[in-house]
Amino acid sequence: MVLPAARTRGLVAAAKAAQRRRRVDSVGGSPSPEPASRRAAVYVHWPYCEKRCSYCNFNKYIPRGVEEAAMRNCLVTEVRTLLQLSGVQRVESVFFGGGTPSLASPHTVAAVLEAVAQIAHLPADSEVTLEANPTSSPASRLAEFGAAGVNRLSIGLQSLDDTELQLLGRTHSTSSALRALAEARRLFPGRVSVDLMLGLPAQQVGPWLRQLQELLHHCDDHLSLYQLSLERGTALFAQVQRGVLPAPDPELAAEMYQEGRALLREAGFRQYEVSNFARNGALSTHNWTYWQCGQYLGIGPGAHGRFTLQGAGGHAREARIQTLEPDNWMKEVMLFGHGTRKRVPLGKLELLEEVLAMGLRTDVGLTHQHWQQFEPPLTLWDIFGANKEVKELLEQDLLLLDHRGLRCSWQGLAVLDSLLLTLLPRLQEAWHQTTPSPAPGG
Amino acid sequence: TGAARPGAATNSWPTDRLFCSAELKEKPDMSKFLVEDIRNFSIIAHVDHGKSTLADRLLELTGTIDKTKNNKQVLDKLQVERERGITVKAQTASLFYSFQGKQYLLNLIDTPGHVDFSYEVSRSLSACQGVLLVIDANEGIQAQTVANFFLAFEAQLTVIPVINKIDLKNADPDMVEKQIEKVFDIPSDECIKISAKLGTNVESVLQAVIERIPPPKVHRKNPLRALVFDSTFDQYRGVIANVALFDGVVSKGDKIVSAHNQKTYEVNEVGVLNPNEKSTHKLYAGQVGYLIAGMKDVTEAQIGDTLYLHNHPVEPLPGFKSAKPMVFAGMYPVDQSEYNNLKSAIEKLTLNDSSVTVHRDSSLALGAGWRLGFLGLLHMEVFNQRLEQEYNAAVILTTPTVPYKAVLSSAKLIKARRAVQQNMMFIDQSRVMLKYLFPLNEIVVDFYDSLKSLSSGYASFDYEDAGYQTAELVKMDILLNGNIVEELVTIVHKDKAHTVGKTICERLKDTLPRQLFEIAIQAAIGSKIVARETVKPYRKNVLAKCYGGDITRKMKLLKRQAEGKKRMRKIGNIEVPKDAFIKVLKTQTNK
Repeated sequence: MVLPAARTRGLVAAAKAAQRRRRVDSVGGSPSPEPASRRAAVYVHWPYCEKRCSYCNFNKYIPRGVEEAAMRNCLVTEVRTLLQLSGVQRVESVFFGGGTPSLASPHTVAAVLEAVAQIAHLPADSEVTLEANPTSSPASRLAEFGAAGVNRLSIGLQSLDDTELQLLGRTHSTSSALRALAEARRLFPGRVSVDLMLGLPAQQVGPWLRQLQELLHHCDDHLSLYQLSLERGTALFAQVQRGVLPAPDPELAAEMYQEGRALLREAGFRQYEVSNFARNGALSTHNWTYWQCGQYLGIGPGAHGRFTLQGAGGHAREARIQTLEPDNWMKEVMLFGHGTRKRVPLGKLELLEEVLAMGLRTDVGLTHQHWQQFEPPLTLWDIFGANKEVKELLEQDLLLLDHRGLRCSWQGLAVLDSLLLTLLPRLQEAWHQTTPSPAPGG
Repeated sequence: TGAARPGAATNSWPTDRLFCSAELKEKPDMSKFLVEDIRNFSIIAHVDHGKSTLADRLLELTGTIDKTKNNKQVLDKLQVERERGITVKAQTASLFYSFQGKQYLLNLIDTPGHVDFSYEVSRSLSACQGVLLVIDANEGIQAQTVANFFLAFEAQLTVIPVINKIDLKNADPDMVEKQIEKVFDIPSDECIKISAKLGTNVESVLQAVIERIPPPKVHRKNPLRALVFDSTFDQYRGVIANVALFDGVVSKGDKIVSAHNQKTYEVNEVGVLNPNEKSTHKLYAGQVGYLIAGMKDVTEAQIGDTLYLHNHPVEPLPGFKSAKPMVFAGMYPVDQSEYNNLKSAIEKLTLNDSSVTVHRDSSLALGAGWRLGFLGLLHMEVFNQRLEQEYNAAVILTTPTVPYKAVLSSAKLIKARRAVQQNMMFIDQSRVMLKYLFPLNEIVVDFYDSLKSLSSGYASFDYEDAGYQTAELVKMDILLNGNIVEELVTIVHKDKAHTVGKTICERLKDTLPRQLFEIAIQAAIGSKIVARETVKPYRKNVLAKCYGGDITRKMKLLKRQAEGKKRMRKIGNIEVPKDAFIKVLKTQTNK
């Protein structure tokens, strides 16, 4: 990689700053934790890909040429603006997602991290994850990302079957993926995650399980199993619609999921969320923040965020969406300092609904302690303790409510969305009984 | 040319003495048309044999409408009529025609062609002395040709057979002549061969109307005796009654009485239909036209009612059989909040179609609605289409059911339909007429479609009511995990219980959302299970990816589903969305 002198200097400076920061923090000892309203996770969206995957309906663009410097400046500007708006003082994790953020230059990653560290406290042990495509991640480049401050990789491996990879429109092969995985593990030991998809058209249970077993020989301490969902507007969706490909069989997908999670449990993995498995405590703290309904800032085109504005007081948490299209987003960032397209205040009930729906995705579920943090008018017992329909779910061993809190059983977790259709209305009902005239928006 | 078409230049009302340029605004004087110069006739035909096209030509020939290329089914005023190429509502037009130096008033009463509307036909015929029986030169005599012929024959009307479409390549008018002779016993030389589309020989049809159809037997000097043969409702003017005068005269300001309800009305307006309403000073015996007399509701202008002058009571004319609904359907608003709008739409539409019977009804699955009675399936479809097109109403139509009397203990296609053959007659070498006694519930849904497809479109079909017969009918319950679904209780013939039950169970299986437990769907007669399907429980129902950007979308989806769940009907512990019933009811076939 040949970089102009100025950019090289910038890259080196940023990387050094990141390393300095890390050293300083590790010396500084354990910092005093700020209150939840002063803490946040930061998500950074890199909207570009080399090629469109056949199943992906994310906000991504296949550019003819990326003006990376402009993009970088805008990401830096936006993260500064939003950190200031939110008054967040401590950033506990940063996640570079996409798109394909491993196509961005390490310099960009370093610059964003540097900007975060300038405004807020970014502890040295903060989780900084980068989503990486096996093809765009040669070892040397991964090392540069590491120097820029990345300390965790999430590799979109998706399948260990070359035919399936082709079907998905991935640019890599099984062997190149495994090579990338090995290099990643060497550079980020214990900090590499891989994604594996299930429920593809024509995929059978046996062969898929063998893929998973094979992957267990190569993977690190974190794994995500995602069932394919056919999204409108994708090539795969169109192929299934036209009958070129068989529709994925939900029965088979369910079986793969059940067999897969059982296999991972035997292999010593903790299923800490519906689709996520970790051993040796390698949970992703960034994603954990989502499921615990912590604050997060969304930076970059189409990114989502949820945080309370500084000085707004009380609970005026907002759901924010940034402008989708990269060029427009950049224009807005240059004009206003950020590209927030939509701000929706989250009502208190809405927040509690999210706390419920997200919390139950995790293995610990909703602890009483966690629930009380959101200052609900009612305890979990009040809401769910005496309800007949909830009782049926408890009796069917799908749900547990005890001194720890409310959580799904092993088999309940697989049908959580059905359970929520009972739990959410019950929460709403209890809420309306205790708060006679809810203020607009909550 | 003028020579070839005698009277063509002077036959039309607008250019003749009635409408001289000086008196364009003057109302026409109907007294000039003496009884012997009047002919009242109808055109009857099987569907698509060209009845409406012939009517267009007759209207053009008599100058009633301009001769342009756009005259297509002028009398079919409703959108649904033009779209489907059928006539639903009888229409009337007064034609003025000069023949051999004499001006005639020819009242054409257009009638619906379809079997469902034979009620409309019969009431139109009661105002006529003759009919044009139009037969396609290609297709020959069809089922409704026969039905319509007998309606006219029973009413002792003069029948003029008109063989149409002789311009078509495969036309065989001679063969059709022979059929007519054989089936209707009408000498073949009485047939008039025309092409209504091209206008060929249409003039001779008008001449035959004058020469062969007798004038009405009426008396102008007697006190008024008018038959109401149709009525429509106008938002601004109230009920417009179409009347045929059998005796006397009626004019604006007359006080008239309905023999049916004994109410007195004052006539505001009389006139002829040309084919639009054209007011006149008076209407005289033998003439056909309309009158408006402050009636607020079409039920006040009962079809078949006799109107007479106040203080001059007359013997009422023999009324007709009132329309007897043959097919029933539940009709419900798609959304209950639309109930009142739909109610007013149905009320307005039934003002113009008194043959539809309306009863309030309610269903556990669909909420408040109505049970409507129709003359037939097409009638039902047309009514539904008119609701949609003219009133923008969206409705759920449930399976039509036919009336049963509650003493419930009761070729291959035809055999499977529980039919009994009554007689058989060969119309010609290639055509046979079969008469069967059918249970009505076997034919209301799709018999005609099946018949058409089995015979590659060659067979045609007509029916009349043959009264109630005992049959072995049973009540079939549909159960979900042992609980009866009241919405889906069906009356079915014993022999078909299994097939019908199986179909319903399969449909339900396809529409019931999976739940957290297994659902057994059963069809049962008493305690005997005749069909069963199973809906497997959900093994996995959770969104795989749920991170920052997915949360809003996921919460929206969950809340929408939770809302939908609230609207579901609980049967035992099973949640059934209402559209599951709709899907089952809508498409259910009683085979």
